[in-house]
Amino acid sequence: MTLPPPVLSVENLAKSFGGLRAVDGVSFSVSTGEIVGLLGPNGAGKTTTINMILGVLEPTSGRIVIEGVDLRLDRSGALALTNFAAVYAPLPGNLTVEQNLRVFARLYDIEAVEARIEDLLETYDLKKYRRTKAGVLSSGEQTRLTLAKAMLNRPRLLLLDEPTASIDPSAARDIRAGIAGHVEGGQCGVLWTSHNMFEVEAVCDRVLFLSRGRIVLEGDPKQLPGAHGVETLDDLFVSVAHEGLAAGSAS
Amino acid sequence: MNRSRVGAVVLRILYLYRGSPQRVFPIFVWVAVDILMWGFLTRYLNAVSRGPLDFVPALLGAVLLWDFLTRVMQGVTMAFFEDVWSRNFLNLFATPLRISEYLAGLVIAAVGSSLLSLVVMVVFARAAFGLSFLTYGVALAPLVAVLFLTGIALGVAAAGVVLRLGPASEWLIWPIPMIVAPFAGVFYPLAVLPGWMRAIAAFLPPSYVFEGMRAVVAGDPAPWARLAAGAALAAGYLILACFFFASVYKTAIRTGLIARYSAESVS
Repeated sequence: MTLPPPVLSVENLAKSFGGLRAVDGVSFSVSTGEIVGLLGPNGAGKTTTINMILGVLEPTSGRIVIEGVDLRLDRSGALALTNFAAVYAPLPGNLTVEQNLRVFARLYDIEAVEARIEDLLETYDLKKYRRTKAGVLSSGEQTRLTLAKAMLNRPRLLLLDEPTASIDPSAARDIRAGIAGHVEGGQCGVLWTSHNMFEVEAVCDRVLFLSRGRIVLEGDPKQLPGAHGVETLDDLFVSVAHEGLAAGSAS
Repeated sequence: MNRSRVGAVVLRILYLYRGSPQRVFPIFVWVAVDILMWGFLTRYLNAVSRGPLDFVPALLGAVLLWDFLTRVMQGVTMAFFEDVWSRNFLNLFATPLRISEYLAGLVIAAVGSSLLSLVVMVVFARAAFGLSFLTYGVALAPLVAVLFLTGIALGVAAAGVVLRLGPASEWLIWPIPMIVAPFAGVFYPLAVLPGWMRAIAAFLPPSYVFEGMRAVVAGDPAPWARLAAGAALAAGYLILACFFFASVYKTAIRTGLIARYSAESVS
């Protein structure tokens, strides 16, 4: 059986800030219908990697290809196939829910804007807030809005940076199920960062552990702990984080 | 250039103005305050001078044209500051939006707000003090065009400075028109300036506008060649300002400034 072509292909990606090597020769891919977890302690290089894939941070070296489009050669073309949601990037609070979605729908130049917005307002339970300014929504509602924005252009590649960090467990479960259902439909591939190992285990098909800018582990989140002699993914995370710190203090 | 994406930038500003009277207020009120203050001053000067010079088109007209330039510049910077204040750069620049489309959107938004402001100025100054812009004849078109180009250039350059130095540097931006005004000869002929100020004025497109305006008011023919020089200078500055903004943006992408741009200084 031939594997579908990856929606994201990252080759030997690196980013330095002065003398600091924040991302150091990272290579991986994400296929259609796959959710890949990007894990690691704070400062491991997760957000730097995501920012490079989003085109808002230029790599020092390496290559990013989204659905066959090289980000460096055709930034607009590659980003038209991508979208993201991050807890640290709320939508402008001085626009209403509906206005925000209209503005971003135009930025992604999508067709049948109103029908798409109605669909997303329904899916993310935002209909009753459509004329509410985004700044006065609760953090959970804001998360649902950023997710609705992230789905506007039916992205082939979806980047989620701790998407459920500020919402209650019930809402988080609904959101996980919604995204998993979307991915299972073969509509996109997802790169998902989270510090919630329960969530990662429940959602991700594969995980990449980053430590000090490098991928140090890769595999099935259900099998990786056993293969490394620990009971849970949480334990494995702690172990990787400590090894990273020890290596950092030794260097 | 993708029209939908340019339209998105304009639409965002339109929504902000529509939903917020505080943003619309300055377009009308500060202009009206300026007209009242300078209108009464020119009326007083006309009464005491007994000379042939009519201060209404010479001085009040100059104030209105200078206000127009300021509004154009602020139209660009305010639209840009809205993205600074709402920390929207990551959301915005992670879309297919190109920097040329972003700048085009800011300029179109500035055209809208400054034209609205110009109409208010013209109508109010005519009604309250009898100032007719027809006094300037066909020269009015190049006068307004040069000021418009200069305002856009200043606005784009100022946005570049704030993008480079961080949000706190917006305080460097507001006084720019006040710093430029003494050199541009808004209220007096350049001949009264010392040599070094006249040398600086030669590089400022508005100085050509206000000298031209005074010539027309004095009954002389419009100095078309000098107005053309002012227009060429303004167009050159606009191109330079766009290159400057694009260069700052590229640096911000290389250093990660765009991704971590926050509400305080990032320098």
